[in-house]
Amino acid sequence: MFISQILKNDRGGQIMLAVLAAVLIVVPLLNLAVADTNPLHVPTYLVTLMGKYLTYALLAVAVDLVWGYLGILSLGHGAFFALGGYAMGMYLMRQIGDRGVYGNPDLPDFMVFLNWKELPWFWQGFDMFWFAMLMVLFVPGLLAFIFGWLAFRSRVTGVYLSIMTQAMTYALMWAFLRNEMGFGGNNGLTDFKDILGFSLQSDYTRIALFIASGLALGLAYLLCRFIINSKLGRITVAIRDAESRTHFVGYKVENYKVWIFTVSAMLAGVAGALYVPQVGIINPSEFSPLNSIEIVIWVAMGGRATLYGAVLGAILVNYAKTVFTGLMPESWLFMLGALFVLVTLYLPRGLAGVWVSLKTSFGRKRGVAA
Amino acid sequence: MSEGEGAHFYREGALDTSHKAILYLEGLNVSFDGFKAINDLNLYIDAGELRCIIGPNGAGKTTMMDIITGKTKPDSGKAFFGQTIDLLKLSEPEIANAGIGRKFQKPTVFESHSVAENLELAMKGDKRVWFSLRAKLTAEQKNLMEETLQTIGLTEHYHKQAGALSHGQKQWLEIGMLLVQKPYLLLVDEPVAGMTHQEMDRTAELLKSLAGKHSVVVVEHDMEFVRSIAHKVTVLHQGSVLAEGSMDEVQQNPRVVEVYLGE
Repeated sequence: MFISQILKNDRGGQIMLAVLAAVLIVVPLLNLAVADTNPLHVPTYLVTLMGKYLTYALLAVAVDLVWGYLGILSLGHGAFFALGGYAMGMYLMRQIGDRGVYGNPDLPDFMVFLNWKELPWFWQGFDMFWFAMLMVLFVPGLLAFIFGWLAFRSRVTGVYLSIMTQAMTYALMWAFLRNEMGFGGNNGLTDFKDILGFSLQSDYTRIALFIASGLALGLAYLLCRFIINSKLGRITVAIRDAESRTHFVGYKVENYKVWIFTVSAMLAGVAGALYVPQVGIINPSEFSPLNSIEIVIWVAMGGRATLYGAVLGAILVNYAKTVFTGLMPESWLFMLGALFVLVTLYLPRGLAGVWVSLKTSFGRKRGVAA
Repeated sequence: MSEGEGAHFYREGALDTSHKAILYLEGLNVSFDGFKAINDLNLYIDAGELRCIIGPNGAGKTTMMDIITGKTKPDSGKAFFGQTIDLLKLSEPEIANAGIGRKFQKPTVFESHSVAENLELAMKGDKRVWFSLRAKLTAEQKNLMEETLQTIGLTEHYHKQAGALSHGQKQWLEIGMLLVQKPYLLLVDEPVAGMTHQEMDRTAELLKSLAGKHSVVVVEHDMEFVRSIAHKVTVLHQGSVLAEGSMDEVQQNPRVVEVYLGE
């Protein structure tokens, strides 16, 4: 009931979630119940690949919330994604226990290698799953809150804000590259074994992670749609369209911006946390400025301010990336650039925009006929 | 609200207009890089009054509005709303909540929202983030919205996207957005710029119907329009008041004639 209320007037979202639900049911069945020799069998690596796409889609939804609806072009959302990923990575590192190369039950391998004697304070508690999951939300959320509080209160907007977000992720990349930071430096965190006691190599664990990613995407979509449909969402769009007017009407614009930005960062953190156990590694390259720019391209391709467009864009661009980096590795960046230019020129409202205009022109024709 | 509940009550209940005036501007001075935009300005607006303010470009009309609404802080002087509320101590949103609404020169409605949504957003009420996540229109607010739609003549367009309205309709919607905030004082910046004659007449009717219930200050260039609505006109020149009185008195004032012909 509640869900149908949220999705009222959101045809794209209804279709997207229906497809998602179908995929979440069918793909595990095709993996588990269909024999390897059958052409319909979906191998486990493909399930994990799709799971990875779903986490990217979740990340794109987070970016669409701030960019599409609030008008803040964040070029630093990769940082929130990576922080969520690191929080999960730390939990997975602690799960290794004494099965590391050095066999030290108290310290992860890289700390033994650095000759550290005890676990740093900021690693405490990460052996507990619930604590790590809390940090997945808390750390990106706190960073976004502080960053947003400082930036939005001093009324930094537009391209200046975008540059600051880019600088933020760049600075974090260099910080995490340092060994002394205690996050594994250049190599990051890897060699994970278990999650909640289940082996990460097992098909069932991988399917569970795939389903968890899909559920997280679905829930995040509903949450964002709920926010957008509320009065808060209308205020958000008002800020995007006429910020100073919104201010004059009596809204504390900076509070709204901080709130939305923080929620979005937390969603990005969740995406990162689901991404890491599926790819098996998290390292500072996830903070790379280029990553954050790529997310923006997914959203632009799919169509801003639609939410389902972000999902579509993230999945299609990443599928294309997988295909083309396999065929012609050097050409991918050029293709991505060309794609972005073409979409900006010819499809300013993205793929979702094409769908909307097809629908309205179809509706008009039908109206004439009737 | 750092001042807490008490301050809220004080602002809600205690707009004190017992001495007739609702707005006091006394001895205001503002300069931008040495240019004196406002020069020892003294101006009083009575409660329920409809006042027009005219003056050549650069006379300080907009700067004056900016001071009243908190956008610009003066170098010296006083600005009081009623007897008790010191405008210079309040931020822009606080001033808006205290009951001063401003309509800008360029119509700025929320283009991608419907007419009704525009009014909803502008409505008085709790404007904190968490509250707005669950906010629903109350019966009282719905009544106010219908009433306002009627006043501004947009009842049948309530579902239309604001971006699709005509220029005049946007201006009226913006006035409606001020009205739902139940302001005591309305500041209206050039309401008829770019309007057709018909639209101008309707705007004049609208503004006249608002006076009495609200105090209205209109800044306008169009003399015909000013004559059609105002009882009292204030002429600003070089940041201070040059003349004040009925339209006829003001137009016969030799200093006013000099300023306007000399332009």
